[in-house]
This record gives sequence, structure tokens and C-alpha cells, in this order.
Amino acid sequence: MTALIASAAMAADPASLGATNGHGRLAEPATVEMVDVVKDYGNSRALSGFSLSMRPGELVALLGPSGCGKTTALRTLAGLTPITTGTIKVDGGAVAHLPTNKRDMGMVFQSYSLFPHMTAIQNVEYGLRMRKVAKDERHDRSAEMLKAVGLDALGHRYAHEPSCGQQQRVALARALVTKPSILILDELLSALDAKVRVELRELIRRIQTELRITTLFVTHDQEEALAIADRVAVMRDGLSQQIGTPEELYSRPTSAFVADFVGLSNRVPGVLSARTITACGTTLALLGEPSKDGPVVALVLPEDVMLVDDGIPAVVLTSSFLGSLRRTTVRLDDGLLLTVQHDVSDPKTPGSRVSVTFSGQPVSALQA
Amino acid sequence: MVTATLDASPPAQASEPPSLRRHSMRRDSDAGVSIAPSPATWVVVLAGAGLFFAVPVFALGAFTVRGGQSGGVTLGHWRDLFGGGLGAGAKPLTDGLQNSLLLSFVTVIVMLALLVPAMILVRLHLPRPEKVLEFMCLIPLTIPAVALVVGLAPVFSVVAKVFGSGSWTLAFAYVIVTRPYSYRATQANLVAVYVATLAEAARSLGASWVATIWDVILPNLRRGILAASFISVAVVLGEYTIASLLSRTNLQTALVLVSKRDPYVSNIVVLLSLLLALALLFGLGRVGTQSRRSRS
Repeated sequence: MTALIASAAMAADPASLGATNGHGRLAEPATVEMVDVVKDYGNSRALSGFSLSMRPGELVALLGPSGCGKTTALRTLAGLTPITTGTIKVDGGAVAHLPTNKRDMGMVFQSYSLFPHMTAIQNVEYGLRMRKVAKDERHDRSAEMLKAVGLDALGHRYAHEPSCGQQQRVALARALVTKPSILILDELLSALDAKVRVELRELIRRIQTELRITTLFVTHDQEEALAIADRVAVMRDGLSQQIGTPEELYSRPTSAFVADFVGLSNRVPGVLSARTITACGTTLALLGEPSKDGPVVALVLPEDVMLVDDGIPAVVLTSSFLGSLRRTTVRLDDGLLLTVQHDVSDPKTPGSRVSVTFSGQPVSALQA
Repeated sequence: MVTATLDASPPAQASEPPSLRRHSMRRDSDAGVSIAPSPATWVVVLAGAGLFFAVPVFALGAFTVRGGQSGGVTLGHWRDLFGGGLGAGAKPLTDGLQNSLLLSFVTVIVMLALLVPAMILVRLHLPRPEKVLEFMCLIPLTIPAVALVVGLAPVFSVVAKVFGSGSWTLAFAYVIVTRPYSYRATQANLVAVYVATLAEAARSLGASWVATIWDVILPNLRRGILAASFISVAVVLGEYTIASLLSRTNLQTALVLVSKRDPYVSNIVVLLSLLLALALLFGLGRVGTQSRRSRS
């Protein structure tokens, strides 16, 4: 598999991977503007004025819990779901009225959606066939794209025959071969096992970067979103809560919801007063929007909790080796559980006594 | 934590030698966990059921080679039929067979032309009326053919004025009669291949609705459509009541007519019809098996 990825990386030459799309014009990365998009399903509102701006060649991840509207947002951009009100523009032109097949977008579905009666290469060719590309050219381009995703040897096999990861690669090749102006990825990694998921997301990122296709990626996995995206939009109740780079979202969330959803946060009870939280005898500055004074739950990142010689006494419960770092869960004397992220060279034995403290970084808080 | 728990308690059977595993399965069976009948029971049940169907067919076949009052075995009746020895006597039969084959063809074409687009449309765009369509398609199952003819008689007086009174017009009635079976066969296929997602994938690749249906949906409904067609042909070939009551000639009415004159010929044709129906069912079975294999 690793060899396949390596060969895929070598083969993925942007100059050869269809520098023109099916219409024969040079494919330039597109801009996307979704402004105040509303989508109602009967009495239920899936999108409540959703707005998103995507720069050319950018990969934006829509991240959020189930039912937050991220898939609806993606489907409205693809034209699979009509919007109730709002504006969707691609390269400055309104597309909300256009049917899906006229939007020049490539899409990969969570369920692969390969055509089962066609071989892998016939699947990849299909988009080019719809664009009336000559037979020889579409075969060459499809074979090349299959090679780019590491599946050049499997082109003759029927769509259901390869493994799940390979099927998803075929789906990716099929979406990319037309060199669409926008690539839309709908939770395409969620059905795969962990190892294949990591390999495939790296492949997607590499090809997307090389081809400079503006990409919208929907996921509910925060690690995946942070790993793959240029920017991440965290959604809740049909609205974008915060859009920013992975680093911004992780270290400077503007709301408790974002902090809670994006990070692996410790929940520490405290008292808020004048934008300062007192928790476990430590004072911490409040991050984000002002909140009502009183009891709160501070959200403290594991890397903002430190093991020290003299601090809050605690007992080690578990300690996990994570490669370049270690996460240790401790219980304070008052029963509060904290996760501490620390150096891998400092293993902790369950049951041993330690001391912890907070780094003093500003934290988000939820009303208690 | 979870890993440690799983590691600490591997599946008990995996660590046991094969002999012990077999023993423990037998214990489960003895304890009443398994309710499957024994192989001997299966053999008895299948043999009984097989005899129940095979004996009449065998008797039918034996009758067709019987040498009349004198007894003995002869292929003379078969030679008479296929050698043209019966001459004009077999004409109703050949007419009936021709009519039934034409009826099968027209019924299948009209049924597919009406049912498949409607089912695809409902599946893709109008999920709410799906139950209504299902009810409409299945309701002929609840109406006896005799009652159906009572309702159809005035309709067919109009049909006769518009299309004439040729036997092929019975196909309009047969489309109704075969609809429940055709619906079920097509519906099972529609559900199994997730047509909505396939259609969305095709549309996202630039396909028009016509291309989506022609290139993607119909090829994946091939098995359902074939099954629906086979069942429809089998039903049409075996239909007697409607044709008889509406005074049309088809294979079954011709058989009744001929059997009054030459019981051997009618029984030979009945036997051949049964074999044809059997071949259709085998074809259906193969289609189903291939469908399951391709899905797996």
C-alpha cells in the first residue's frame, strides 16, 4: 500500500493530470461564495443563513456534529439540494439555478457510488464521456488518473471487486479526471479503517494541492479536518460558528462550542468574574466572547496542563504512548479527571502520585 | 483501557483445540440452541415435496406416449403434432400459441414502459407517493380474475372500438394482472442498487437525466426488469379465465378446445408449457443468483 502511495505521488504530475477539463479550456481554480444560504425541509430548517467564502485552490473542511447542516451545505453547492433563499456564486457567477450536471464540479460520496456495471476505468471515463471527449483521449486520461491514485493495475476490474479503500480511490479518480473547477468530498473517509483513512487523506491532499482544485470537504472527524484542510468551518445548527486555519481554531476558538468540538478539552469547574476564571486555585483569562459572571466550566487543552514538582496533587490513572507525545489521565484529590499532554520520555505509572498545574493560557468556558 | 480488556479475554473457542470446539457446538445444539432440522428430515421433506410435483408431471408425460386402448409405448402422438399429421386440427393450437406469444410480448413492453419509468420517478423524486404506487400495483392480487372481467368487459367494448377486437388487446388486461409481480421484482432491484445515490453520482459527473437513466440506472435494473419480464410471460402463457370470458383465443383456451378433440395433443402442449415455465423459473433463479453474487 505504501508503495502504491509512493508511486501515486510520483505519477501525480499536475501537468499530465488533465491540465484542461472536459470542455478543452484551461482549468483555473475557482472561487466560491455562499451567502446567507437558507434551506428548509418543511418546518425544519437545515441551513439558517449559512455563509462561506473559498479562495482559489483552497481546501475548506466543514466540521460539525451530526445534524448540524454540513452535508446540506455541501449538497446545495453541488446542486443536489435546491436552496430556499440565499446566493451561491462560483467565480462570481450565480449557480444556484443551475442543475448539478451544469456546475462543473466533481463529487466523491461517502458510499463510493461507483457504477457497479462498469469497470473501474469505465467509471473514471464516464465524466469525460459526458463531456464528449474523444475515446482515445478519455481512455488515456482515465488510465493516467487511475495511476495517480495508485490503481493502474485494477482498471479492468468491476467496481465492486476492489477493497473499500481502492473503491474510494476509483471514486476520487472519477471525480478528478474531468479537472472540475470545484471538488466536493462528502465524508469519503468515514467508512474506511484508520490506516487506509490516513493514507487516503494524504493522497487527497497531495493531489488536491498539485492540481490546485478548490475543494470542500465534509467530515465529523475533527482530527481529519485539522489534518487535511487549509481552513476549517465549524458548523452548528445550520450556521458556521467559526472559520479559520486549523491552528486558529485549535488555539484560539471564539466560542465554547468550537473549543469543545475541536479540542480534546478538560472540563474544569470554576467561577467567572470580570473575564477571569478561578479554577483549582488558579486564575485563567477567558477566551472568546464575554460570558455572564458566575459558575462556569473552563475548557482547558491537554497541552495547557503541565506535570510539575509542586502543584495540585493528583494520582495517575492511565498513560498512553502516542508516538511523539504521551497523554496521561490523572485524578485530582477532589475527584476531577484531567488529561495531561507531556513529553514522551517521561512515562507515568498508574497509581503514582504527581502534581499538575495550568500553563495560564486563556481558556474558553461554558456556563455551568 | 479497552484494548487491555480485549486482550485479556480472547474468544474462548479460539484457544480450544478443534475437537473441543466441535464438542462445544454439539453441546449448544443439545441444549436447544440450534433449531435446524437434521439432514435426514430435509431429505424426507424434499423427497415428499418432489414426488408431489413430479408424479403428476411424470403421469402427464407417460400419457403422451401411451398407445391408445391397446397400451404400449409410442411416440406417434408427438410425431403427429410436430410432423403436421393433425393438419387443420392443430390450427387452434398454433393460433393460440401465436396469440399468447404476441400477448406476452405486448404485455411485457407495455408493462415495462409504464411501470419502470414511474417507479424510477417515484424513487428519485417523489418518495411520498411510493406507498400509493405500491398499493395501486398490488391491488390486482386481491381481485379474482372473474370479478376483474366483470369490470373489464365494458372497458373492452371501448378498446374494441379503438384498437379492434384482436386477441393482442388482451395485453391491456394482462398488464394489470401481471403488475403486482412485476412491481415486486423491480422494486427489490431498485432498493438493492441505491439508485438515488447512483443518479446523484452520474449527475455530478455531467450526465443529463436521460443519460443518467439510460447509462446508469437501467443497466443496474437489468435483473429486476428481466425477472419482471419472465414472471409476466409465465403469467400470460398460463392465463385462461380472462381470455375465455372475453371470448379471445390464447394458448390455454386453445388447449381446452383441442383437448375435447385430441387429448394427447393437448397434454403434449401442457407438458411443453410446463417445461417452458420451468425453464423460465430456472432463468429467474439464475438471474437472482447472479444478482446476489455481484452484490457480495
